[in-house]
Amino acid sequence: MERRELEAKGFLVTPGFIDLHAHLREPGFEESETIASGSRAAVRGGFTTICAMANTEPAIDSPGLVAEVIARGRAAAAARVLPIATITRGRAGRELADLIELAAAGAIAFSDDGSPVDDARLFRHALEYARTKDLLIIEHAQDMTLSAKGVMHEGVVSARLGLPGIPSAAEEVAVARDIAIAEMTGARLHLTHISTRGAIASIRDAKSRGIRITCDVTPHHLAMTDDWVAGVREFAWERDGSRARVETATKANAPLSESERARLPERESRPAPTPRATLYDSATKVNPPLRGWSDVRALWDGLVDGTVDAIATDHAPHVSVRKDVEFDQAAFGISGLETALSLVLGGMNAGWCDRDTVIRALTSGPARVLGIPIRDDDWIAIDLDAEWTVAADALDSLSKNTPLLERRLRGRVVYAVVGGQARYEGGLRGASPVGSR
Amino acid sequence: MRWSRRHVLDTDDWSTGEIEAVLDTTGAMVEVLSRPVRRAPPLRGRTVVLFFAESSTRTRVSFELAARTLSADVVNISASGSSVEKGESLYDTVRTLEALGGDVVVMRHSSSGAPYFVSERTDAAVINAGDGWHAHPTQGLLDAYTLRAALGDLAKKRIVIVGDVVHSRVARSDINALVPLGATITLSGPPTLMPSAWRCGQAPAGTRYEPDLDHALDGADAVIALRLQKERQEGGLLPSLREYTRVWGLTEARVSLMRPGAPVMHPGPMNEGVEIDAAVAHGARSLVERQVTNGVAVRMALLYLLVGTPTLEAS
Repeated sequence: MERRELEAKGFLVTPGFIDLHAHLREPGFEESETIASGSRAAVRGGFTTICAMANTEPAIDSPGLVAEVIARGRAAAAARVLPIATITRGRAGRELADLIELAAAGAIAFSDDGSPVDDARLFRHALEYARTKDLLIIEHAQDMTLSAKGVMHEGVVSARLGLPGIPSAAEEVAVARDIAIAEMTGARLHLTHISTRGAIASIRDAKSRGIRITCDVTPHHLAMTDDWVAGVREFAWERDGSRARVETATKANAPLSESERARLPERESRPAPTPRATLYDSATKVNPPLRGWSDVRALWDGLVDGTVDAIATDHAPHVSVRKDVEFDQAAFGISGLETALSLVLGGMNAGWCDRDTVIRALTSGPARVLGIPIRDDDWIAIDLDAEWTVAADALDSLSKNTPLLERRLRGRVVYAVVGGQARYEGGLRGASPVGSR
Repeated sequence: MRWSRRHVLDTDDWSTGEIEAVLDTTGAMVEVLSRPVRRAPPLRGRTVVLFFAESSTRTRVSFELAARTLSADVVNISASGSSVEKGESLYDTVRTLEALGGDVVVMRHSSSGAPYFVSERTDAAVINAGDGWHAHPTQGLLDAYTLRAALGDLAKKRIVIVGDVVHSRVARSDINALVPLGATITLSGPPTLMPSAWRCGQAPAGTRYEPDLDHALDGADAVIALRLQKERQEGGLLPSLREYTRVWGLTEARVSLMRPGAPVMHPGPMNEGVEIDAAVAHGARSLVERQVTNGVAVRMALLYLLVGTPTLEAS
């Protein structure tokens, strides 16, 4: 059969990827993305199932809107589109949405993503309520009073660039709160786009104590560090180890003792590392922000030891007028569906994890978070060695907001099947996917 | 040395030679300014666009004077009354600047990094006249020139910068101009007004943080006080201006902890009685007015190096 022959030709055939977190922008922001364009971008990236985030305009907070997203997803005939509905009405964080009715209409999970549920009492009630039907809550864990007006990771790079920072603690405080409330309510809680070392440690500990908590990380947080904002374009695994060690050693929020200082390799000396791209490129502006190298390492460690359940894209397309502005004025977000696989394979090729871990985090991991089966009739073929250039016209997403534009990446999807039907025939377009070459 | 920069966006990647080249050229410009007729021709036929999206009288006038002294035509696009305040995008403004055909765009903007955005999208030379908290290169260079004139060689000289460092483009540019000349910098001020990384073992090379101002000033060769924005108190960063003045204000008693005669500087405008006592601001150690004069010469030097023709002879 077709699958076997693709394998025989040297392609890796796996179940289709499942993305727990994609912004399809429809309804309301169709200039940035539509359900049709986003789900085409998804299959191109290997994602045969995507969960559409609810922060549209209007937000997905009524059964009719859930049904409409499902219908438009079907009509697009690309990836399967599973709607996420809001936790609170209008994502306003004041009163609960009709979670049970929304679930009955087809909402796969609930999230106010883009903003956290600030009110801890309301969040508790959401989890208690969701628990009765074992519904899944997905939380964007961020203490908004700590992140305040920050636009990038708070650290040595934000200090140099004079940009307001978002400290790691903004995420770590919120994760601690969310774990405590998950423990108290016994509900299924999924923490999305985890980005800090401290948050990974808290989640690892919570899981070891049997709390029903899961989490995902994004490909960009696995690949890029905060110095991308300062024009550096090295992937984390390409970084010089000594600079990375300095950062690890000085992360703790206290001055170093003389003996600690003596053990450090020489401090990053002036001038700053030669930039390879413009400084203040708003394509690197994302929330949570690109973090430090030790955070990136911790995300990979979490992936390997199972603390991290899934890799989710947080695909956040933005039309150019929202990005082609001053850095502090630009919208947060990276368009990620079509580059996710290549980024993760980069870390894998550098030896930061094995192939099984990558595939699990993109398939069975997210399926288990959602409580859905892996389908036999959703599968993809990957050419692990194919090199390609991230050109704007090579992306199906309507928006091209990625700091990877013009970059050569390795590994891409060549064929995607959804429900037994070929939905993407990239590398094999024009040729029969089966038979001899 | 040969000058090869197209823009002046930040001095953080400048070599010592480049900084010295600007300071040496500044010396020549000080001479031009001392002539009975303050006018030289090297920018004749050139247009300098002053694009100030954040109001600033001092810096704008300083650049305007610098450009006119070198015989440039000057066009002003200021924030008040301009389309910037009507919601025009920076991208649109750049297209307009480009269509106007200026040779140099001198820009001030409240967003850190805005000059990089503009420099990527225009053929004109861009001079950063202050962007957000990030950089104010001409201030750093004029402070370096002023200090070198007062102290001679800056190697091993210890300069104190006190105040609101985290929000200060002046502090960053002072560091970037002074450290390559051999000076070491002691940063002082409330921890809430210091970048957290700089407090925690990752201060830039050549600098260190000393919260106690008396310790910082002890034996220092000069001090630069930064302007304290009064809204910092409302932001929860300071208990009160009174306490700030008591702990980090420059008083006669404090400045006398420095080496005898060590100078006092301030980028202006000063809040007298907050970060600096009036007696210090206008006392014998104060170089504040010298800074203003040297500012014109430094800006002339940069305009000359970026787009000038090589003669300084009077026309």
